[in-house]
Amino acid sequence: MGKKQTIIEKIWDNHVVHSEAGKPDLIYIDLHLIHEVTSPQAFEGLRINNRTVRRPDLTFATVDHIIPTKNRDIIKDDVARKQMEALEKNCETYGIPLADMYHPDQGIVHVIGPELGLTHPGKTIVCGDSHTSTHGAFGALAFGIGTSEVEHVFATQTLWQERPKTLNIHVEGELGTGVTAKDLILAIIAKFGVRVGTGYVIEYTGEAIRNLSMEERMTVCNMSIEAGARAGLISPDETTVEYLRGRRNVPEGEAFDELAEQWLALATDEGAVYDHTLTIDATEVEPQVTWGTNPGMCVPVNSTTPSLAEVDNKEDVERALYYMGLEESQPITSIEIDHVFIGSCTNSRYSDLRKAAAIVKGEKVHPNVRAIVVPGSFSVKLQAEKEGLDVIFKEAGFEWRDAGCSMCLAMNDDVVPPGGRCASTSNRNFEGRQGNGARTHLVSPEMAAAAAINGHFVDVRQHEVVV
Amino acid sequence: MEPIESHTGKVFPLNRANVDTDQIIPKQFLTRIERTGYGQFLFFHWRFDDDGNKRDDFLLNDSKYVDSTILLSQENFGCGSSREHAPWALKDYGFRVIIAPSFADIFYNNSLKNGLVPIVIDKDQVNEWMEQALNDKLTLAMNLKEQIIRDESGQEIHFNIPEYHKEKLINGWDDIALTLQHEEKISMYENR
Ligand code: SF4
Repeated sequence: MGKKQTIIEKIWDNHVVHSEAGKPDLIYIDLHLIHEVTSPQAFEGLRINNRTVRRPDLTFATVDHIIPTKNRDIIKDDVARKQMEALEKNCETYGIPLADMYHPDQGIVHVIGPELGLTHPGKTIVCGDSHTSTHGAFGALAFGIGTSEVEHVFATQTLWQERPKTLNIHVEGELGTGVTAKDLILAIIAKFGVRVGTGYVIEYTGEAIRNLSMEERMTVCNMSIEAGARAGLISPDETTVEYLRGRRNVPEGEAFDELAEQWLALATDEGAVYDHTLTIDATEVEPQVTWGTNPGMCVPVNSTTPSLAEVDNKEDVERALYYMGLEESQPITSIEIDHVFIGSCTNSRYSDLRKAAAIVKGEKVHPNVRAIVVPGSFSVKLQAEKEGLDVIFKEAGFEWRDAGCSMCLAMNDDVVPPGGRCASTSNRNFEGRQGNGARTHLVSPEMAAAAAINGHFVDVRQHEVVV
Repeated sequence: MEPIESHTGKVFPLNRANVDTDQIIPKQFLTRIERTGYGQFLFFHWRFDDDGNKRDDFLLNDSKYVDSTILLSQENFGCGSSREHAPWALKDYGFRVIIAPSFADIFYNNSLKNGLVPIVIDKDQVNEWMEQALNDKLTLAMNLKEQIIRDESGQEIHFNIPEYHKEKLINGWDDIALTLQHEEKISMYENR
């Protein structure tokens, strides 16, 4: 038998086009996803140099970052409109399929890839967006790239990449009731830090990971970049295969079964060696809330913000507390919020909305809170409406929107005002991310829903769910 | 890409860890479709208050640092979003070299593609220079060929940078042109 390999090494070896000692490898890219914000300069580069898109058939475009999530027709910002038009024109010129604002396939790029069955185990997937790691949930090697690299993939369908080091994050035991995939990944980042994955590709392993649904796995892999890793993935198993069966862009019948065999064979071999392994106990993970200005500044809901006497990075903590308008040692449940955002490529899929709706059902949004739900894609929105989730949210006082990135990065009109405080299911709590001077607390959809009703953070495990 | 072999310049000390690309160039400036002109928006919310006035508490606004070309910062510089607008903004402002104990992967790559040299220097040395730059001012001389940074005291600090990155920076080579030399292999891969 050959050498025992991790899935990361197997995918890598399958994609090397050229390799030379002392240089990065030239690897082939199977799927290139693009959106309006990071592509225009890459297209411009092609034109200037008289180059073209080598494989438009392996490229797929959508609009998500800047589009309005209500009154679609009105993009007030002229510069933003120009950007959208640029993408439309470029896709037409180069023959790239585009799910535009009105297309039934439109949505956040990392939500629609899997939905459309474009994301497969074993593929190399890139996109000019750091949360491309989401697709790793399927056992794909997926990572974010800059605009120069977007141009490089357009022109050559390849990238120069260093062979990555492998990091195994092993999650032992099972998650407790009311504890979600979001809490798990936040707890991982809180425990190991925002730099732990730098230079690595992470593979998440262990019982707790195996028990996650595909949508939950996407939530975990999505935030690999917040742990410093460009990519994070999970070996494919039956859950993966069943998710993809019957989707568009996958074959049917026997051809599918054959492909599924190949996918399953990609899983990390028993006994394969990683460059580094870290372990975390799932049974100890509790619902998490970030208190600071990076995702590692995160604690369980029943604890407090740090005490300055007890931290080593006092200056960073002080600055973060100041920005967030919080005291040291302040109980998390005492933090009052005025905004709630349920959405983003981390938590805007159907199951996220369903779980949040279960908390919201029959309740009312607190009078001090403005709450919005932004489905991850047009198709998530339709499914949710079919199941009546929109009615539950609207009756409780939530706004129900069209698909897009929305308040995750506030490039459209969905902005948290200066000094505003938001319980958000997104992935970044950086200064100003949701609006200049806005304060972001990252949480799970369930925790966000419970905060919307109570006007402050509560332990969702104590919230009675009306079924 | 504009070649760079050596550079001497004044240091701007940004004594923070985890400086993310949302801070380097806030999202409201990402709607443009050009590659240039982002320097005016660099560190926008740290440099300017809500009325667009310069903030005194941000050192880059200090006349002592305003024309710096070397940025010195702490761990994990450039974390967060993959936006290449971050190195575009730094370069357009006038920075040519970034020194930090560590960089986020995507930012590191993006910088190299734009002739902005990211240099990893150990934390103790960064702290020493940080203090000098904060207390007084500091000029550093970077020589990419020799992989050395010389400070005013004549101290020479060696740094590592992969040979192929170094070669590309010094020659200002275009990645795509280099890759297309392997066109045949790409076609072979596609037809395998
Ligand atoms: S939802 Fe947020 S994190 Fe995800 S792709 Fe959009 S802007 Fe990026």
